[in-house]
Amino acid sequence: MSAISGTDQALHRTALYDLHLSLGARMVPFAGYDMPVQYPAGILAEHQHTRAAAGLFDVSHMGQIRLRAKDFATVAAALEKLCPADFINLKPGQQRYSFFLDDRAGILDDLMVTRMGAGDDGDHLFMVVNAGCKLADIAHLRAHLDKACDIEVIADRSLIALQGPQAAAVLIRHAPGSAALTFMQGTALDVAGIPCLATRSGYTGEDGFEISVPDGAVHDLAQRLLSDAAVRPVGLGARDSLRLEAGLCLHGNDIGPATNPVEANLVWAMQKRRREEGGFPGAAIVQQQLRDGPARRRVGILPEGKAPARAHTEISDQNGATIGEVTSGGFGPSLGAPIAMGYVATAQAADGTQLNLMVRGKALPAKVAPMPFVPHRYHRG
Amino acid sequence: MSGIRFSKEHEWVKLEGDVATVGISPYAQEQLGDVVFVDLPAIGKKVEKGKELAVVESVKAASEVYAPVGGEVVEVNAALGDAPGTVNEDALGKGWFAKLRIASKAELDELMDEAAYKAYCDGLH
Repeated sequence: MSAISGTDQALHRTALYDLHLSLGARMVPFAGYDMPVQYPAGILAEHQHTRAAAGLFDVSHMGQIRLRAKDFATVAAALEKLCPADFINLKPGQQRYSFFLDDRAGILDDLMVTRMGAGDDGDHLFMVVNAGCKLADIAHLRAHLDKACDIEVIADRSLIALQGPQAAAVLIRHAPGSAALTFMQGTALDVAGIPCLATRSGYTGEDGFEISVPDGAVHDLAQRLLSDAAVRPVGLGARDSLRLEAGLCLHGNDIGPATNPVEANLVWAMQKRRREEGGFPGAAIVQQQLRDGPARRRVGILPEGKAPARAHTEISDQNGATIGEVTSGGFGPSLGAPIAMGYVATAQAADGTQLNLMVRGKALPAKVAPMPFVPHRYHRG
Repeated sequence: MSGIRFSKEHEWVKLEGDVATVGISPYAQEQLGDVVFVDLPAIGKKVEKGKELAVVESVKAASEVYAPVGGEVVEVNAALGDAPGTVNEDALGKGWFAKLRIASKAELDELMDEAAYKAYCDGLH
């Protein structure tokens, strides 16, 4: 059998490393960190448990950054020069999905930004970025964010995610204030007496929370959450299958410097004022793409057989002409069937369009399908 | 000739007459995690020792399964189509992949017996 993985590079460890080992995790290198890909239950069981009850994820490898200025308007306007989202009109406690763009409208990284509102820390922006991009993101901010802003890289906090239909009931027992949050809201919050930042968001399509916790307290908090019968630990393997079923992009696979937000079907993350006014890197290209339509689009793909089609699988039309490539593909445990997403020529991007996936030299029939593959179950209040 | 033999690539083979049953080892299925699909060879396919015989897919990744001995495929385990998880549950039994009519029994001599394979796996940690 062909080898599955292997590297000897020195890897960073999160503050939950010892807990992962004690839980029997299989550790793998990911974005420079030694991370749990699965626990003894396995990816299928962890995935299904998250959809049925609640899963606890260590996502401390991701970057946490605070941006501040003399007032909120200044820092929001500064970030709008790097990202195409509307931050100026964020309400206190409101969270938004966005991305850093380059001058060609390529997506340097995608990120979550929360206006933390007036509290002990003042009215500022709290940002979570991808692990594999965080050093580049910090350099990008230092080079290009208005110098009137202060960039604080948070190096002493872990990040955990509690996701699934039981997540809210579990968290409320430790943090009654969490009940007031709805999807894409965040606040400073004591969880079991520990000062945390919690947002009601995640990467699974389920209701749930991402919780920023001081490193020194995260092991204790994780164990408290895991002591609840509804909560089980979930690794990066199921995190990937959950987000793929939810139709959510993985930076580096589905979006990146070679894709723009219009062809990536992320127009919804560029609010109307920003699309019209521009004022962000690559704005002219975004506006041209909106006007003329992109040449290709990111779509969901359902293979008709049982064979998964992995990233980089060639997509061809009924006549055998290449029309695109799979960017993420695998098995959807909730569907019990293979699922994928990828880019196809716009003419073939309509739902129901028949395609062929070239897997190991064989043309496997598939069709364009709407995403998410599994309905989102966010708590919108 | 009796008993089970293993390759360094974690395939196993059991010989009955001149027909070899082939699968992947418990160590291999453990490393793979949940198996969700097995791409089995066509009946009649001739495969050389060490060449690709099948592909096994876990949730995470696809891995090639190499023929531990050369031969002609005479039967495949079609039951894996509906129940690929059998590879995880019973790797050395009901989770077999294919049966080959082998060309050379001498090729089996190059494989490890159970004790040697166990020592080999222990050395991988």
